[in-house]
Amino acid sequence: MNNLPSSSYLNRPQGIKSWLLTLDHKRIGLLYLFSVMTAFALGGVFAMLILLELLSPGREIIDADTYHQFFTLHGAIMIFLFIIPSIPAILGNFVLPLMIGARDVAFPRLNLASWYVYILGSLFALYSIIAGAVDTGWTFYTPYSVETTTSVISMTLGAFILGFSSIFTGLNFIVTIHKLRAPGMSWFKMPLFVWGLYATAIIQVLATPVLGITLLLLIIERVAGIGIFDPAMGGDPVLYQHFFWFYSHPAVYIMILPGMGIISELISVFSHKKIFGYKAIAFSSLGIAFVSFLVWGHHMFVSGQSELAAMIFSFLTFFVGIPSGIKVFNWVTTMYKGSISLEAPMLYALSFLFLFTIGGLTGIFLGALSVDVHLHDTYFIVAHFHYVMMGGTVMAFLGGLHYWWPKIWGRMYSEKWARVAVALIFVGFNVTFFSQFILGSQGMPRRYYNYLDQYQPLHAFSTFGSWILGLGFIVMAIYLIHSLFKGRPGGANPWGALTFEWTTSSPPPHENFAEIPRVEHGPYDFDRVTAKSTLGETI
Amino acid sequence: MSQTAGHPSFLQHHFSDAEQQRESAKLGMWIFLLTEILLFGGLFCAYAIYRSWNPEIFHNAHVHLNVYLGTLNTVVLITSSVTMALAIRSMQLGRRTATLRFLAVTLALAAVFLVIKYFEYSHKIHLGQLPGKFYTYDGIAGTNPHIFFSVYFLMTGLHGIHVLAGMATIAWLVVRTSRNVFSSEYYTPIEMTGLYWHLVDLIWIFLFPLFYLVG
Amino acid sequence: MMDTTGSTFLPPGQSTIAGEVDALFNFILYASTVLFAVVIALTIYFVIRYRRRGAVAATSGKDHNIKLEIAWTVIPTILIIIVFIWGFKTYLKMSIVPRDAIEIKVTGQKWFWAFDYPEGVNTVNELVVPVDKPVKLLMSSKDVIHSFFVPNFRIKMDVLPNRYSVTWFEATATGEYNLFCTEFCGTGHSEMIGKVRVVSEREYADWLEAGAVSGEGLSLEEFGAGLYTSKACVTCHSVDGSPGTGPTFKNKYGIRQVMQGGSSVPVDENYLRESILNPNARVVAGYAPVMPTYQGVLKDREIDALIAFIKSLQDSTGNSGE
Ligand code: HEA
Ligand code: HEA
Ligand code: HEC
Ligand code: CUA
Ligand SMILES: [Cu+2]
Repeated sequence: MNNLPSSSYLNRPQGIKSWLLTLDHKRIGLLYLFSVMTAFALGGVFAMLILLELLSPGREIIDADTYHQFFTLHGAIMIFLFIIPSIPAILGNFVLPLMIGARDVAFPRLNLASWYVYILGSLFALYSIIAGAVDTGWTFYTPYSVETTTSVISMTLGAFILGFSSIFTGLNFIVTIHKLRAPGMSWFKMPLFVWGLYATAIIQVLATPVLGITLLLLIIERVAGIGIFDPAMGGDPVLYQHFFWFYSHPAVYIMILPGMGIISELISVFSHKKIFGYKAIAFSSLGIAFVSFLVWGHHMFVSGQSELAAMIFSFLTFFVGIPSGIKVFNWVTTMYKGSISLEAPMLYALSFLFLFTIGGLTGIFLGALSVDVHLHDTYFIVAHFHYVMMGGTVMAFLGGLHYWWPKIWGRMYSEKWARVAVALIFVGFNVTFFSQFILGSQGMPRRYYNYLDQYQPLHAFSTFGSWILGLGFIVMAIYLIHSLFKGRPGGANPWGALTFEWTTSSPPPHENFAEIPRVEHGPYDFDRVTAKSTLGETI
Repeated sequence: MSQTAGHPSFLQHHFSDAEQQRESAKLGMWIFLLTEILLFGGLFCAYAIYRSWNPEIFHNAHVHLNVYLGTLNTVVLITSSVTMALAIRSMQLGRRTATLRFLAVTLALAAVFLVIKYFEYSHKIHLGQLPGKFYTYDGIAGTNPHIFFSVYFLMTGLHGIHVLAGMATIAWLVVRTSRNVFSSEYYTPIEMTGLYWHLVDLIWIFLFPLFYLVG
Repeated sequence: MMDTTGSTFLPPGQSTIAGEVDALFNFILYASTVLFAVVIALTIYFVIRYRRRGAVAATSGKDHNIKLEIAWTVIPTILIIIVFIWGFKTYLKMSIVPRDAIEIKVTGQKWFWAFDYPEGVNTVNELVVPVDKPVKLLMSSKDVIHSFFVPNFRIKMDVLPNRYSVTWFEATATGEYNLFCTEFCGTGHSEMIGKVRVVSEREYADWLEAGAVSGEGLSLEEFGAGLYTSKACVTCHSVDGSPGTGPTFKNKYGIRQVMQGGSSVPVDENYLRESILNPNARVVAGYAPVMPTYQGVLKDREIDALIAFIKSLQDSTGNSGE
């Protein structure tokens, strides 16, 4: 039987102040965990209300304006408050220094500042709920966003501030990875999650400032009417779209790359096998990061840009598919002749493989010019991005959360209930969103409060699925919270993994390691090294 | 690696030595400067786009900027960059009073820059050469001449905010230097502020010809 | 060739371009299904075959295989190049308007579509076109961005303020097709739905001749009732007393209407006319000034008809007064 260490980062030092002023990356990760999960739950509630309203045509529970506010809040909260900070700021913060054998990130104060900036930005964003909620969609397209009477400013200011939080995290991670790796950890000895975070951080640092300036211009336009985006004054609303997507397209890879990093860890550890194509996976992350800056125009194929521009954007868009495919095939091959155990984190990884492949392949439909003309701004898009964001990033996030949960808290959750939850979420998700592919290609436009009768059966199906999905999350919330108090201790290395974070106690001590570890083997050398699971028996 | 007795006070616990700490700060600063360049990059794009769409109003409007004051400001900023560099150099050599003096001159030059900018701005405001709906001037031919001033005020305004931020940091350095925090071993904050200040200068060196000179 | 029956995924395609779009859609669909099936089948097979039972088994450290890696880089590359070229070719066709196309002006505004024919006819929310003839749409918006989408024709194009955008189609079957607005434009976005009515060339000529729905042979009131829906008043005004984006028309005539700012105005013919042609001159208290102007959209006779229609909407009990 394992015991929890008597002293860990969780209980030393004590007191609320020691948490709010902490410079410890692990505690900052937990501050992020609570705040970001709160945002997720809130975004989820809006999602449930949206789908309840869509159960049948016409009014169900709310009127058109409220509906528009709900999907805007849902989208903006999920994107800016939840998914962008989710993996980097929660799991990245917690495990990155541990994984590379460092005592902390390079700039602990900046790290704490990023959390406060996150809270400040979130408050502005959430203030817009009570100040006449914003109704523009999360994309804030001009000129509508300049005209509408709702609280666009508070939401965009919030997103602007949140951008700094994201930049701080990214900057911190790049420097940490460059400068604080433990002795002997060369670039190709780094765990792949670190590669994922590295590629992500580069995008965060390069793309976010452009969003910053765009939102700032939008705010100034609204407040002062400077005419930059206002067609009546010689400005150009489409320029706004270019600026917006220059950030927001790379941002979708801010969301997925760290998730892909987690999947690499999970598949290797739970197959107990050396990862196949380490370098290919590492470089494909950088490749995706690079190409991601050159494809933003694929969101604007019908906005009237020139055919030449459309052609280039379409061409480059497809080239993201190649490195993504390389990763998928490498993961599958890793499982070949492995010793696969199907614990909850692995189930999430497998769900990811299933759902992300669908999401990614439907991205290929959208990159194809003539097909996108038909599919643009229909539910097909809605389905596509939920498959990649919810089916991809969120599955990876949940997989990582379950994987590192015993490291974070020292305690295991109930494996049985975790399997129930993953099943409910997987089934519920597919019921909810697969139907939307059909809806969309049949012509159902997105952001519609009301719709024609012919679309009703599929909408109802989708709403039904969302209830299964919601149930899955409730189960998860219950057993995770339960585990904090009643979970049995998992020991230093419950999964028998080889990366550094498993060499220290669970939960880790204040400065991570008694002695900075030395690299003696690669992160996935399961053929050469065996680390025995501290759980003892398998479940 | 372990906390040896000779651990200098400025070294944070999670770094193994002063070299690592300094290198990290430097890399961090360069990345930060990169984000700044991208921030302005967006506006430079906007400039290029509006200019190419409205060549005639950019031409007609730019003559209303005061090239004399613009040039003067360029000289002021470049000089301040030099004094900033000298401040760093002095601290590397451990000359504290010289550092203080150069920092103070840099601060003063930054203030001069803003004062000159203030005169330029107030003249424009007086004439009504303002962005968007505030534009009331009628001496410039062409449709939508206010666009030029929208871009002008946005870019020089954002630059001005950066000058202010730089001044605040330099003032903080003055305080820290007089409190004897820095030495020839540890002067990273001055060096980093210097990098930032050069960037602010550099951006102006792009803004000046784009607005004042090219017709 | 033309696929007009539709499939699980696609609605029936009824324009000359639809067949090509659908062919590519289906190609990607089948190719993706195969790729997806391979990935998932292998995954499931490995999970079952190599499932850990009891103790951890020893595994191999083999981590690359050049042949495999080349295969899974090259095959997808070939596939995407096919898809790219195919998609681009059709896209080009969509953007090059045939020279003999009929040109119709489309105006999007909150929240309806107005169509102007070269013959001087105009309609709202109903686009009537001849079958088997290319039609060019020259589009612009009076306010925010809208987007013109006819699923059955596989065309979509944003409609922007202060700028023209162009799209075209050639319908291949007569019938009525849905027209959606797919760029979010505010409260009435999902009500900004119209119809494309494709008719034979003869019918089209007759319809133009008759000057669209001229209302000939109808009483003013009946004509107005038709315009109430066809000109989209129905999106914002009810006739049963329930409030909408705009005030209801029921029992409107003859009362005194309170305006923003507190003044009040008697609702008579002149006020109604002004409200239709210059709606923001005086704004009813409690409502936003969002009603579009119908200047240039409605002819005099149509305005008369609408006024007659509004006047007819009185309770049998008579005027409710002030
Ligand atoms: C996590 C977020 C995420 C990710 C990873 C992606 C990934 C991709 N997306 Fe997606 N996308 C979004 C989030 C994301 N997207 C969002 C939020 C929107 C809508 C925003 C809005 O309008 O509100 C959007 C919209 C969007 C559009 C605009 C559609 C429109 O509005 O008209 C397009 C068009 O090209 C597109 C394409 C792609 C492509 C090609 C990929 C690729 O990266 C996918 C690559 C993956 C694969 C291809 C699968 C695995 C590969 C194989 C199994 C090998 C075989 C592959 C081949 C043969 C190619 N996306
Ligand atoms: C990360 C991104 C993300 C995520 C995860 C989701 C999740 C969901 N979304 Fe989201 N959605 C967007 C991003 C996201 N969405 C965006 C960007 C838009 C576009 C907005 C726009 O048009 O502008 C959109 C739009 C959108 C629409 C289209 C609206 C329209 O166009 O009219 C719909 C409709 O079905 C929908 C539904 C859902 C549902 C049912 C979920 C479900 O998966 C949600 C399930 C989650 C929960 C039920 C929360 C439960 C959580 C807890 C109970 C807490 C747990 C606590 C612990 C574990 C401790 N979304
Ligand atoms: C986009 C929504 C919208 C559409 C479409 C619309 N209206 Fe309106 N209308 C309004 C609003 C909002 C008001 C109240 C504010 C105002 O007075 O401008 C209004 C006011 C009016 C009034 C004054 C009513 C009163 O109570 O005093 C009349 C008359 C009117 N509309 C007629 C019409 C007619 C006729 C049409 C169609 C040909 C039409 N409207 C189409 C939104 C609309
Ligand atoms: Cu018009 Cu949406
Ligand atoms: Cu994109």
